[in-house]
Amino acid sequence: MKTKIRYCGVIAMILQGVSGISHAADQDLRATGKQVFDRWCVHCHGDGPEYPGTVALQALYKGAKPALLERRTDLAPAITGQFVRNGVSIMPFFRKTEISDAELAALAAYLAPR
Amino acid sequence: MSLPPGVTERDFNLALRQFELAVGREWVFTSDEDVALYRDAYSPFWNEPEDRVASAAVAPQSVEEVQAVVRAANEYRIPIYPISTGRNLGYGGSAPNLSGSVVLDLKRMNRVLEVDDRNHYAVVEPGVSYFDFYRHIQERGLKVWIDCPDPGWGSVIGNALDRGGGYTLGMYRNHFEAHCGIEVVLANGEVLRTGMGAMPGAKTWQQYRSGVGPYIDGLFSQSNFGVVTKMGFWLMPEPEAFRSGVVGVPRHADLVPLVDTLNYLENTGQMTGMPFLGSPVLSANMAGVDASPDTVSREPPLTLTASPEDFDAYTKRNKVPAWTVELRFYGAPEVVDAQWAAAKRRYAAAIPGATFTDLARYEMPLSEEQLQQVHKVAFGIPNLSIFSLGARSEMNPTPTSGHVWFSPIVPRTGEAVFEAQRVLSAAVADLDTPLIGLVALPSTFWTRAFIFIIGFPISHDVEANRKVRAAFEKVVRISAEHGWGEYRTAPAFQDLVMSTYSHGDHVLRRFNEALKDAVDPNGIISAGRYGIWPRHLRKP
Ligand SMILES: Cc1cc2nc3c(=O)[nH]c(=O)nc-3n(C[C@H](O)[C@H](O)[C@H](O)COP(=O)(O)OP(=O)(O)OC[C@H]3O[C@@H](n4cnc5c(N)ncnc54)[C@H](O)[C@@H]3O)c2cc1C
Repeated sequence: MKTKIRYCGVIAMILQGVSGISHAADQDLRATGKQVFDRWCVHCHGDGPEYPGTVALQALYKGAKPALLERRTDLAPAITGQFVRNGVSIMPFFRKTEISDAELAALAAYLAPR
Repeated sequence: MSLPPGVTERDFNLALRQFELAVGREWVFTSDEDVALYRDAYSPFWNEPEDRVASAAVAPQSVEEVQAVVRAANEYRIPIYPISTGRNLGYGGSAPNLSGSVVLDLKRMNRVLEVDDRNHYAVVEPGVSYFDFYRHIQERGLKVWIDCPDPGWGSVIGNALDRGGGYTLGMYRNHFEAHCGIEVVLANGEVLRTGMGAMPGAKTWQQYRSGVGPYIDGLFSQSNFGVVTKMGFWLMPEPEAFRSGVVGVPRHADLVPLVDTLNYLENTGQMTGMPFLGSPVLSANMAGVDASPDTVSREPPLTLTASPEDFDAYTKRNKVPAWTVELRFYGAPEVVDAQWAAAKRRYAAAIPGATFTDLARYEMPLSEEQLQQVHKVAFGIPNLSIFSLGARSEMNPTPTSGHVWFSPIVPRTGEAVFEAQRVLSAAVADLDTPLIGLVALPSTFWTRAFIFIIGFPISHDVEANRKVRAAFEKVVRISAEHGWGEYRTAPAFQDLVMSTYSHGDHVLRRFNEALKDAVDPNGIISAGRYGIWPRHLRKP
């Protein structure tokens, strides 16, 4: 019994540790994603009338969804990947020397619903 | 995976192996998915067999890696296509002229090697974008400005090599002309430095352009004679002040003295910024117009088919100028004030009834609030706001998928503008395709010639793109008949445009071909760029 309890405790500690690490890793990923956003996306998807991506999304959704990507809560990672690698309208696609797969994963995590 | 034309699968695989050894496996792209990212996002051949596609891409990070890749390509006769940041949208994107070429993607060579704010120059690698360059300067608090084109994500080198332009002082706006010193990897893998850079230990590579002997730098722009790995650029020291004002002239015919006076002011160095031509008669939102209180609540604008008499009657009825020019000055506060005063005096003497409106006057550094108000590129601040052109908006519910630019060079006179307006608007009137923007007034990037810049929308509809290509070809030919040549064009139209520069039975093209055969005998670099085909691909 004692052993069992101890064993459970170890598992709990491991789990705690793992989730602790994964939480930190997730935060790191999102922080990297924010850097990718600021380097590549914000120039069109920033806040204001001079940002063509934001203006386009406002015209498309007419307020039904936020025009700012950073305020969206429905951007599953696959959607971000799809737009970055395929483009849309006048937004071109991005090469892997610009946004690598790892950076794209971080960006997608940053924009994904929490 | 497609093969480069004329290359066996075995040789291609051997070359790819060499590329991997040179740059690391991770940086050789061969999957369809990765290679598709090198298509031209604004291709006028989208989804057609003629669309220009790469066979692979390789991304070196140093000059040595570039040399190794070029040597391997030369050994196996693999066509390669160097790009810097590959954002040449509207003029071909990152796609090669010759389908099946391996794109040599230099984006990873992204170091700003030097910025000197005492002699005002910089040396950069090809992957450095205007955003990167600006950030580098700002982070170090250096007192120099850059001159950037509208899209800030392009390459300082790539833009200059395609002879792009920006928005500050005349001497910096033509980006190739503002360069000083090039390092280039030749087809045999040798590294050549131009100008003073040819002297080992040279101390003035970025201070004196030509060195000694033939001045060959121009050969590496809009061409295919080498892979550029470094370039120096002259920079503008941060000016103390900026000032702008609008001159309005009352009659249609006044465009002639308006341009003559502008030329005088620019060519004497009294007006050093980029001027903007406008006309409240033709459009409510052309440069400078919104500044005039007289331009609100008036009749709808006229079209270019309006006669000079209609024009003059309109200006009288609506109390607006026929034409405007916004003048921009950079320098010491008392100097910019004096320059504007002198410009007004000269215009007043040349054109009876000329009107003057003060626009902006700033002393550097700009406040946060001013930063939000200004035309950013005129202050060397890179951004992407220009992409509102063609993008979805309340006014434009059906966005395009890009555009190609038609951009002929026209003389800097009012008479030439009238002629171009007449000819180009007639040429586009019966075209079966819409245009982006108005064929109304030229751009003023260059100090010695005008450019009309007209966007043809690109879509993913094959039929619509066919019409655009036919229309484009038509306007290129009509322009050439009038002596107006394109300053730059997309690969889809480079053979066509080069064929209009035909003086002496196309001797210019033949001269380029002779050079090509001499410096790149296997024809590996950017085959077909600006109509320069290597011997084995030349059409008889
Ligand atoms: C809305 C819009 C507005 C625009 N406004 C402007 C503007 O104001 N001014 C302007 O100039 N352009 C403008 N452009 C055109 C274009 O986007 C820019 O000129 C852009 O900077 C060019 O792409 P890049 O810098 O990435 O060059 P790249 O695409 O890297 O290079 C262009 C070409 O040069 C050659 N090249 C590049 N690097 C090398 C090298 N290292 N060695 C050998 N050859 C090389 C290649 O043939 C390449 O295809 C505009 C485009 C759009 C869509």
